[in-house]
Amino acid sequence: MKPPKFDYFAPDSIESALALLTEHGEDARYLGGGQSLVPMMNLRVAAPSALIDLNGIAALRGIRIDEEDRLHIGAMTRTRQIELDATIARANPLLHEAAPHIAHIQIRNRGTIGGSLAHADPAAELPGVVLVCDAEIKLFGPDGARSVATGDFFKNIFSTALQDGDMITEIVFPAWPSTRRWAFQEISRREGDFAMIGIAAWFDLDDAGRISAAGLAAIGAGDTPLRLSSGETVLIGQAPGEKIFAEAARASLSDLQPGSDIHASAEYRREVGGVLVERTLKAAWERSS
Amino acid sequence: MTAQHSVTLNVNGTAHDCEVEARMTLADCLREKLDLTGTHLGCEHGVCGACTVIVDGAAVRSCLMFAVQAQGVQITTVEGLADGDTLSDLQQAFHDNFALQCGFCTPGFLTTAESVLAENPSPTRAEVQSAISGNICRCTGYVPIIDAILDTAKRRREGGQ
Repeated sequence: MKPPKFDYFAPDSIESALALLTEHGEDARYLGGGQSLVPMMNLRVAAPSALIDLNGIAALRGIRIDEEDRLHIGAMTRTRQIELDATIARANPLLHEAAPHIAHIQIRNRGTIGGSLAHADPAAELPGVVLVCDAEIKLFGPDGARSVATGDFFKNIFSTALQDGDMITEIVFPAWPSTRRWAFQEISRREGDFAMIGIAAWFDLDDAGRISAAGLAAIGAGDTPLRLSSGETVLIGQAPGEKIFAEAARASLSDLQPGSDIHASAEYRREVGGVLVERTLKAAWERSS
Repeated sequence: MTAQHSVTLNVNGTAHDCEVEARMTLADCLREKLDLTGTHLGCEHGVCGACTVIVDGAAVRSCLMFAVQAQGVQITTVEGLADGDTLSDLQQAFHDNFALQCGFCTPGFLTTAESVLAENPSPTRAEVQSAISGNICRCTGYVPIIDAILDTAKRRREGGQ
């Protein structure tokens, strides 16, 4: 189908975008890469009265490392750029590894990281990676700029901490220790489909070779991307190995909250989720040991 | 507020001035305003890949972009591949490898393949499979399409292009 009528504006600054959004009322929407919102408009599931196109705002694009080695990615940075960028491959290899799993090349050429987070599909890859990395999400809204921890950002299916008038401006990833182990794996029926379930994992080792910090997150396993804290707890203080990975996978099952849909049953997702936690941890460990 | 927007579309090397409603997708603008009906519309929500065009070198869904957003970019559609009546090497390879039957999906495969080959002139079979994963074909079973793209890459390497 064709989208319903709307007014269109293409501001060149964050401030003028907010002014336009405020002026055009509660049915106005920001337009990012358009790879989620425009299909919804074409299907007439969404009918915004006005679109404020963020594609012309240079301040929302770009990838940089700050003096504390944190990785900053502008909200309107496209997924394909995240996939190919050499700085990201070094500064957050987990994000680099997850990026090719996102939809198809034509979608990655337009879709943006900010758009994916704002859309908050529970099966989407970027929200899971951002969550497991404890990234910060920078927002700009009617009350100015503020920052939300990823753990507080995803509220429910397709719903986030974004308030009326808020725009995501930037995602800030903590520094990535050079010795960190990581992996991302997902199961989908065909390449590019939304994951039936996916796991993002990383861990750090102390001088004695024991796990000193760990992150485990699942996508497609609940109403939001989920942190598998029970699995993480099992890993801390242990030497990496198949036995402890299996134990972490068993513990993680209690954190999974999968639902059933036409793609997979809840039982299947839970079963595969456990297997995938184990596999992903193993892949992380084998990568450099 | 203006119901109509003026936009200049650079398509296959030619600039076209169009008056469009904001809601007109790039795909509809190409087909209806510019009469470039080689770009096909299948699902109109970003799933089938038939409407793929090349925007500033990157394959994109023209059903998920509005024409007003295309001001200032360079667009290549399937009409931009052939030189008059002479097929491009990629199109010829599709012909030689029986890579189409009904042909509805073909423009999307050609534009996707063209952009991917520009980026990676020596793809592996797995890379080609991955590259076309966002395009649906119900006739060929995909194998001849993959063969045609690999064949083109090989011919270009051997031809020193």
